Amino acid sequence: MRPALSIVFFTVSSGAGLGLLALLALADLFKLGGGLSVAQILSGGMLGLVLVAAGLVSSTLHLANPKNAWRAFTRFATSWLSREAVFAAAFFPLCALYLAGVFWQQPWRAFAALLVVALAWTVLYCTAMIYGSLKPIRQWHTPLTPLNYLLLGHASGALLLLWVAERGQTRIAPYVVLALALLSAGAAAKLAYYARTRRDGGATLGHALGVKTAAQVKLLDAGHTHGTFLSAEFVFTLARAHAARLRAAVWAFGFAAPALLAAAFPDAALGAALLCLAGLLAERWLFFAEAQHTVALYHGARRV
Amino acid sequence: MKLGLVIDLDTCVGCHACAVACKEWNGGSALSGPLSDYEPYGKEPSGVWFNRVRHYEAGEYPQNKTLNVPMSCMHCEDADCVTVCPTGASYKREDGIVLVDQDKCMGCNLCTWACPYGARELDESSGTVKKCTLCADRIFDELLPPGDRQPACVLACPTHARHYGDFDDPGSNVSKLVAEREGFGMLPELGYKPVNRYLPPRPMPKVPVHASPQENGSAPGLAQRVAGWVNKFIER
Ligand code: SF4
Ligand code: SF4
Repeated sequence: MRPALSIVFFTVSSGAGLGLLALLALADLFKLGGGLSVAQILSGGMLGLVLVAAGLVSSTLHLANPKNAWRAFTRFATSWLSREAVFAAAFFPLCALYLAGVFWQQPWRAFAALLVVALAWTVLYCTAMIYGSLKPIRQWHTPLTPLNYLLLGHASGALLLLWVAERGQTRIAPYVVLALALLSAGAAAKLAYYARTRRDGGATLGHALGVKTAAQVKLLDAGHTHGTFLSAEFVFTLARAHAARLRAAVWAFGFAAPALLAAAFPDAALGAALLCLAGLLAERWLFFAEAQHTVALYHGARRV
Repeated sequence: MKLGLVIDLDTCVGCHACAVACKEWNGGSALSGPLSDYEPYGKEPSGVWFNRVRHYEAGEYPQNKTLNVPMSCMHCEDADCVTVCPTGASYKREDGIVLVDQDKCMGCNLCTWACPYGARELDESSGTVKKCTLCADRIFDELLPPGDRQPACVLACPTHARHYGDFDDPGSNVSKLVAEREGFGMLPELGYKPVNRYLPPRPMPKVPVHASPQENGSAPGLAQRVAGWVNKFIER
């Protein structure tokens, strides 16, 4: 699949924002490290909302006909994209309510915090299912896709939360542990995803054409002199060496470096978070670039 | 009703007449036209097509066979392209035809990803996704003579490799063809239940391969010498 940069940015930025808000609300509920101050919660909350909003704005850049974007709220019953739009839109007023509850020290703020957590998880899940529900793309059509989106969003969110925690009187040890645990879980989920991708087992061209022949089937001519929408969108070839370099960057920047930084120098949490986000941009780019659609078979790919 | 096409892979010669006729009819159709072209006279011509014909080869020479495979929307019974659409622009009608409402589509492309067969294309000029309409604006047009109430591709095919009809009716020409020739749908394991059926190529007689006399190391026999002489004689 051709990686669209607007979508790569959208999923990483919104994922981090949603992860941050969910963890922030949980940290507030359980008074993690003695609890966060009102100022910390408000600034962390604003940061999360800015990240989510930036992601959503970026996702609309991907639309070829944005004047109809409002219609995306109308197919909640069937479409994951529609569900994501509805829940994401509901997320902002809910967060505003929660932050107001924090600011005015309202007794119901714990209840609002719980709702923030639930809705953040729901939005992340819906985003992931936009891709995870697509049957023609074998690499995506697995529960590992939502698992990856949830864990990676929370890993990057935990590093941002560590940065928020470190700028106050809060004990940061639990926040460091939280970030390390989520980074490890995210790395494990990513490892499982990559292991599954590497395994063969996709359809062949002969199978996709449905002709019963023992002979090998190959493409003679795709029938067009220049590229088409289909070849541009679905026939994306990625050089092996380039993919390997990017994967190394994912492991180094996405997981290893932020974990080391967070453990050794928690006051450099912002740097760790930024490194992690850069690594996740590479991870998300690969998520698209390495995914192979059945349409690639009809254009001559041996196996997808 | 379950309207769709049968495509005979045995007789299709890969001439692209169906694709061109489709482009011509639907380019002027109010349902989804125009079908935009980008740089049509430039170095890299490209554009929107509802029906694309690709050419494959099965096996190695001389036991090889060319397969010409036209592909367009299969008007699936369980069409995920419709399920994933967030705007409701994509829909399936009672008669089975899957359409995109051009006034509702926001161009998110998700349906093109959900279609395993590459049947949907984004028109960059309108910003909307377009696809085969099964010529919904032809097949029910009572102003046309009954014989013309068929999709443009079916009418254009010079080898009669394309047939249109109702798969719900066991007596229809398409149902009969599928029963006779073991018609199949593509990628059934994905569960889309594509309606369009393909008729497989008939089995090909094995091409006999003789080693040439030089390779045999023996002098040509009488029969071979006569055959060579006759061949020379009747050349041109
Ligand atoms: S062939 Fe593709 S576009 Fe047509 S109904 Fe099936 S999934 Fe939808
Ligand atoms: S591109 Fe248009 S028709 Fe396709 S899913 Fe998006 S809104 Fe629906």
